[in-house]
Amino acid sequence: MNIIRYIIQKEFRQIFRNKAMLPIIFIMPLIQLIILSNAASFEVKNIKFGYIDNDRTSSSRELIENFNASTYFNVLTDFSSSKQAKSAMLNGDVDVVLEIPRHFNRNLIKEKKTDLSVTINAIDGAAAGVENVYVNQIVERFNANTKVQLIQLGTAGVQPQIIDTIPLFWYNETLNYKTFMVPGILVLLVTMITLFLSGMNVVREKEIGTLEQINVTPIKKHQFIIGKLFPFLILGLLLLTVGLIIAKILFHIPIVGSIFLMYGYTVIYILVILGIGLFISNFTDTQQQAMFIAWFFMVIFILMSGLFTPVESMPQWAQILTEANPIKYFVQVMRMVMLKGAGFSDILPQFAKTLLYAFAMNGLAVMSYKKFT
Amino acid sequence: MNTKNAIQVENLTKTFGAFTAVNNISFHVGKGEVFGFLGANGAGKTTAMKMLIGILKPSSGNALVANFDIATQADSVKKSIGYMSQRFSLYNDLTIKENITFFGGIYGLNKADIKTKTHALIDDLGLHDEANKLVGALPLGWKQKVAFSVSLLHDPQIIFLDEPTGGVDPITRRQFWEMIYREADKGKTIFVTTHYMDEAEYCNRVSIMVEGKIEALDTPKNLKTTYNADSMDQVFLKLARNLA
Repeated sequence: MNIIRYIIQKEFRQIFRNKAMLPIIFIMPLIQLIILSNAASFEVKNIKFGYIDNDRTSSSRELIENFNASTYFNVLTDFSSSKQAKSAMLNGDVDVVLEIPRHFNRNLIKEKKTDLSVTINAIDGAAAGVENVYVNQIVERFNANTKVQLIQLGTAGVQPQIIDTIPLFWYNETLNYKTFMVPGILVLLVTMITLFLSGMNVVREKEIGTLEQINVTPIKKHQFIIGKLFPFLILGLLLLTVGLIIAKILFHIPIVGSIFLMYGYTVIYILVILGIGLFISNFTDTQQQAMFIAWFFMVIFILMSGLFTPVESMPQWAQILTEANPIKYFVQVMRMVMLKGAGFSDILPQFAKTLLYAFAMNGLAVMSYKKFT
Repeated sequence: MNTKNAIQVENLTKTFGAFTAVNNISFHVGKGEVFGFLGANGAGKTTAMKMLIGILKPSSGNALVANFDIATQADSVKKSIGYMSQRFSLYNDLTIKENITFFGGIYGLNKADIKTKTHALIDDLGLHDEANKLVGALPLGWKQKVAFSVSLLHDPQIIFLDEPTGGVDPITRRQFWEMIYREADKGKTIFVTTHYMDEAEYCNRVSIMVEGKIEALDTPKNLKTTYNADSMDQVFLKLARNLA
């Protein structure tokens, strides 16, 4: 036990002595947290909207007015022809073009039926989908209003059936994207720092030559590895703490669940990441190699974590792969505990899998560390 | 195989694929002896030494170091030996004191011992002003002296030195050898590799390795007589040239 204490002491001395490393460990992740949380949003806003009004009646103007009133659309241009609209879309000046046909008003009143043409720039498919929904919502509302007006005028005898839905958004009532993103981004930062630091630490001693000196001592493998990993566990938890404080103060993210549960889970999670890092450094000879391999895993873990795209919409094989993605579990747990107030029994599946993962990775790390070749 | 010798090597061999780095060497080193382990670059010295200090498994043959088998009792071997390598083996980003604390600690010394040893070491080397300076800021010769002293912290019976004086000025080299002799006088066994042939003259006995084999092993005096040479330098050149 004493021997481990001396290793931990030495690691902390080296970390806090490295004046170039300290800002990398603490300042960089926090800047990333602040920038990414504000920028990484899937909200589709400020849609550049143009229209071609071939009808020019009160009805068509009312429809356009509805778009104008929406916070999502910036009504920009009144195109005189579809050709003009087409070239504007090609130039990227406009995202959505609505074409109102001739006799729009007349058909609506006489035949209770009319067509509208909507053209959407779908280079970004996800955004186009959202834009389509918004357009439909506005048109439907317009249509409903029209029906109501028709009834009042007494031209229709039947009561129209209008079903209005009022959505309730649980756990994130205002649909604030930051509430959704900040816990996830915090997860990424804790992961990146602990993975890179642990991945490069042992390799660094290999490069300098001090690892050989350590291997000539009677120190046990587990003593060395525990002593090496413990300081990074503390750094990871420290980073989480600072991140949570920023989330609370700067982004007003609710922390509904138990802080203890969050930290308890994070300890196990960081052990997984440190095990992976150490495993990498056992198989590499230079910090450069370790860095590239760590990045390889990091990119896959991030993009398949469910942070940016839901795991449920991935193909079946990819969903199976994500079972081995520790970041996925951490993102789930953080969102569940922070936003929903999930308790231990709710996160038990993630907890159990992460614990198993921690044992597996650290077992592999200890086994693959060779004092004697 | 039990022996009164500090190091007893029999038919030790190490192969890497088709290449035989150490080819069936046998020798022994007596207790309290200063043993010079010479050879040209690539002759297999470092490989042989790595096997003796328990960080490289032999392909065949066996060896006892401090009466422990290097293949099966590596951890016991490690407790009994000190090692200072050609690559600088202290932490440059720690101070002299912190290095002593760390290495003392991982050899299992207690706090009081570490404190006493730290004072003694700093007194011996006269490094009072530098004790709290980073090792990286010290001149190479001083670093090597500190590294040597650190390798003695746990009071090992045998000390392995891998080119300890490489790149060090002549005065410091002389001081370094004085330190070596002091330890030998205390009964410690010294196993040292070097490229400086004048240093070979300081050894009780010297072995010369050529292409993985020990080609000569005797006292410097006898070697000079056998090879009809004025200096160890000539002995070395004759051996290395004839077989190259």
